[in-house]
Amino acid sequence: MELAELAAHEIHCLLKKKEVSVVEVVDAVLTRIDEVDDNIGAFITVNGEGAQREALRIDQEISRGREILPLTGIPVAIKDLICIKGMKTTCASRILNNFYSPYDATVIEKLREAGTIFIGKTNMDEFAMGSSTENSCFGITRNPLNPDTVPGGSSGGSAAAVAAGEAIIALGSDTGGSIRQPAAFCGVVGLVPTYGLVSRFGLVAFASSLDQIGPITRDVRDCALLMNLICGYDPRDSTSAATNIPDYTDSLLNDVREVKIGIPKQYFGEEVDEEVAEAMREAMALFKRHGAKIENVSLPNTEYAIATYYLIATAEASSNLARYDGVGYGQREKSDNILEMYEKTREAGFGDEVKRRIMLGTYVLSAGYYETYYLKAQQARALIRDDFEKAFQKFDCLLAPVSPTTAFKVGEKTDDPLKMYLSDIFTIPVNLAGLPAISIPCGFNSLGSAIGLQLIAKPFNEEMLLRVAYTFEENTKMSR
Amino acid sequence: MKIEKKEVEHIARLARLKLNEEEKERFGRQLGQILKYIEKLNELNTEGVEPALHIVPLQNIMRKDEVKDSLPVKDALANAPATKGKYFKVPRIIE
Repeated sequence: MELAELAAHEIHCLLKKKEVSVVEVVDAVLTRIDEVDDNIGAFITVNGEGAQREALRIDQEISRGREILPLTGIPVAIKDLICIKGMKTTCASRILNNFYSPYDATVIEKLREAGTIFIGKTNMDEFAMGSSTENSCFGITRNPLNPDTVPGGSSGGSAAAVAAGEAIIALGSDTGGSIRQPAAFCGVVGLVPTYGLVSRFGLVAFASSLDQIGPITRDVRDCALLMNLICGYDPRDSTSAATNIPDYTDSLLNDVREVKIGIPKQYFGEEVDEEVAEAMREAMALFKRHGAKIENVSLPNTEYAIATYYLIATAEASSNLARYDGVGYGQREKSDNILEMYEKTREAGFGDEVKRRIMLGTYVLSAGYYETYYLKAQQARALIRDDFEKAFQKFDCLLAPVSPTTAFKVGEKTDDPLKMYLSDIFTIPVNLAGLPAISIPCGFNSLGSAIGLQLIAKPFNEEMLLRVAYTFEENTKMSR
Repeated sequence: MKIEKKEVEHIARLARLKLNEEEKERFGRQLGQILKYIEKLNELNTEGVEPALHIVPLQNIMRKDEVKDSLPVKDALANAPATKGKYFKVPRIIE
């Protein structure tokens, strides 16, 4: 197999045995980007020279005795809303077209310290608002498995890069499914950690009560290794949780005996493709064969999740995106009048979906509507969270599809925002409840599109997710 | 359901967006559709439900009031569309 297609832990072994150098690994990935990215469009910025320079430096340090940690020398792609000092952070928006980050995000500091190589910044839906990576001012990203289909979104560039060998591992962010759904569509592994487990310092905010950074990788082991690096308390993020971080590779056990897996019936309705549902049934059968206990469970308020989400997320977005005013940074449209300057700047700088969500968020927070919409949504959110809490009194994790369908066609849903929103129906409740969840590949439909299996656990039980996911992977070897 | 043009203009002004005529029409229609879908929440009985202001139980987060290094002025101004000396430059606000 080619170097660019190996998992990070496989490359790590080759580096340890001195069979390859970091420079060779980075060159293999950059060559792949040269070959395929014109068609896929996974990257907004490729850090070619910077990555080669860094690779050379790390090789030299290794020859002088630097320890090769699990992800040392591994090329990582970063979603373009996480700040890397000195590099552009555009959020795929015209308004930040020329913005250079003055500092590193906390997760970037951690990756830098471990000696990973930043290969580039990946395409996304503008400000992470979308489910297909079609809302980017730099053009769309295509699904490497089938270029007529979308890679999912909003972290579509990161998922496509990992699937296509344009990066070995990647970081994305997940507000309503933006890691799990593109991972599912591209046939790779994606994990959204518990709210608060990973610092968001240096992550450009979309909806602050929902946003989380997480890994996108080729297999479950790489996912655990990346989790080992990025988790942990950070005083610079006031929502950061002061909790002990385990070694997540300890959870890579091929063992689900006595694990209680709940099947939420609301995630198996008529909107689910028959082939997706069949893949879920096969997964349940596999877990059962390996000693897990499978039982149905009800999450009765699931049907209110999308309405709740689009009130809370847009309200928070309208507030978070107020900072793009053309004053301190970003693109400014000229005017002699300050109010007109703001309005023209924002009109020219934001794309359609971002404007639509700012408008909706402004509307629901405006005088007279707060109680009707925003307060009601927060109450619904509490009920959705309570559904999960009840379920986790009985179950170790829940199993469901990531998405009701596989990757849809490019352009299929762009004219109908509501239809696009509804494709996130099985990922959104998890963010509303602040829970961790993982998306792992579980087969292909008859057209060759990837199907994703979602596992959901209670807060801070990522170990259960990794253990169950690893068992599945070991017994199917479906990843990659 | 459709949001009337006058209301679209009011919201756009609050959001500091200068929408063109086509956008006003389209967003009015699309926001109407989305809000109609959101009305689904009215089916849900939320009487007496404590709203989830935060999903995790966090109280006020305090830190020590210590002097630390901040971003150097040069770096803070590096991305600004217009500057003058140590300041961001904007159109005249006070007549």
